[in-house]
Amino acid sequence: MVLVNSGSNKSWLMGLVVIAALLLAPFILSDFRLSLLGKFLSYAILALGIDLIWGYTGMLSLGHGVFFGLGAYCTAMYLKLEASAGGLPDFMAWSDLMQLPWFWKPFEYGWFALGMAIVLPVSLAALLGYLTFRSRIRGVYFSILTQALALIFVILFIGQQPYTGGTNGMTNFKTIFGFYLTNPSVQLTLYYITVIILAGTYIFCRWLTGSRFGKILVAIRDSENRVRFSGFDPVLFKVFAFAMSAGLAGLAGILFVTQVGIISPAMMGIVPSIEMAIWVAVGGRGTLMGAVIGAVLVNAAKSTFSESFPDVWLYFFGTMFVLVVLFFPNGVMGLFKKMPGRVTAVSIYTNRLMKSFQKI
Amino acid sequence: MGSTIMYLEGITVSFDGFKAVDHLSTYVEYGELRFLIGPNGAGKTTLLDVICGRVKPERGRVIFKEDIDMCRKQEHEIVRLGISRKFQTPAVFTNLSVFENLELSLRQNRGVFSSLFAKLTSDQEDIIFSNLETIGLAEKAWDKAGSLAHGEKQWLEIGMLLVQEPELLLLDEPVAGMTKSETEKTGELLQSIAKNRSVLVVEHDMEFVRQFAKKVTVLHEGKILCEGPVEKVQNDQRVVEVYLGRGREKNVKH
Repeated sequence: MVLVNSGSNKSWLMGLVVIAALLLAPFILSDFRLSLLGKFLSYAILALGIDLIWGYTGMLSLGHGVFFGLGAYCTAMYLKLEASAGGLPDFMAWSDLMQLPWFWKPFEYGWFALGMAIVLPVSLAALLGYLTFRSRIRGVYFSILTQALALIFVILFIGQQPYTGGTNGMTNFKTIFGFYLTNPSVQLTLYYITVIILAGTYIFCRWLTGSRFGKILVAIRDSENRVRFSGFDPVLFKVFAFAMSAGLAGLAGILFVTQVGIISPAMMGIVPSIEMAIWVAVGGRGTLMGAVIGAVLVNAAKSTFSESFPDVWLYFFGTMFVLVVLFFPNGVMGLFKKMPGRVTAVSIYTNRLMKSFQKI
Repeated sequence: MGSTIMYLEGITVSFDGFKAVDHLSTYVEYGELRFLIGPNGAGKTTLLDVICGRVKPERGRVIFKEDIDMCRKQEHEIVRLGISRKFQTPAVFTNLSVFENLELSLRQNRGVFSSLFAKLTSDQEDIIFSNLETIGLAEKAWDKAGSLAHGEKQWLEIGMLLVQEPELLLLDEPVAGMTKSETEKTGELLQSIAKNRSVLVVEHDMEFVRQFAKKVTVLHEGKILCEGPVEKVQNDQRVVEVYLGRGREKNVKH
């Protein structure tokens, strides 16, 4: 078949190497480093979701922290209730709440909480997406709208302290499904689950972007009007992609909170939401591997810099972004690809040079 | 011939009080190749926008076939009914290959879920390749559409419309920016396309119109100035005044 991509074997091989390295990591890294890696890998799942809507469909969301936060909070509610062993969660007692609010009650069931951690972000994104895309709000206006969403949610979560834990968020968890979270083997299991889910998400996204659906996403980025005049309703495709991306962010939130043990509004606001987009930009938009690499690389750099140079690490961090934007607009993945544009320019230049010599 | 595929009745469109199209009525027959001409701002493109659903008219009706009221439909629904539109500046998917551009344009189930599981059948592949031959891009099937020359992009877009198998084709200045030989080739392409479907072409290039048009509608200030065979229109005094006359003066100067 003519359609077979010659590069696909190579990238599958690369994927296998990465998976093998991640599975072997626990034998090399300390518990502390491993839990950091686990956190980065859950970010990578979120980055894949952002890449789907930004890299492929051309919609930059600056509010993915909200979807991530919703997933994390839903999970945290369950963990908190399990830690409180039938009593009120600590922060509720501090706020003089006498009994568990009605909407907290079903979260004592783990599977309900985990389900809601996906369903809530998906529903919110689908609703917001439908209203936005139906009115043909696009580009920077969409980005601003999603940023406003992040702001609204932070204000809401901080303001509703008796129900959300306010600025401090939720922490001090003990067990998950009866297993102690402090137990290294439980953390190891969570790490492996994260690796498996990341691999599954990656394969799913590969399949998605290779399907006709994936081509339509790219087509929407190129010319939404032409998509419409090819008989497709771009609204439905964009809503579907946005909702799926939010679902992946929720999934990342689950894995994050179980391994890191805390979620607070500071992790879902505007700044972390922008950082999430930066991961994808650094790794390389429109390449799935780029999103994964970007999420891990940027966060690894962030923790290395902050450990080694606690006073000035933010400057290093900022410089890194400036350099990437200036010199590697296609991110890390852009380095691996041939740059036909430059090669042509060089060959045209040399040709001209040769001709001018011949004249002499 | 003889039966009508589209009725435009009393169409009025105004932008901030300016009447771009003013109580316009005309009929398009099955298998007709109709040219719409007129000076800038005459309302030609707006009229195409009304037919394909981009602009909703203030008054008037667009009836497709017997009884389909187009003014109630969205753009993508109109396409599914069999009306395809080409834009003035070529709109193609620059990051997809020429082949994929045509693949997405195929007549197919256009839902989200069917696109997830869609497989290219060998029939569809044949349709795509035969269209690639028609538009002369068979050898560039795997090139990115963004790397094509301007004229080739225009043809690709026409090809994308053809695989939609429309019954009515709306073309907005299909030969804009083309060389003389490309223009010639496009004209022949249009004539062969019009054998099995109705085509409505907005055009500025008068030489092109004279060469390929049979029936012409001249618009001026949102109204129909004159309609009929190309010879009749060319000799109509009012048309000469508002439109052709200017062209002639220009030609004399050259």
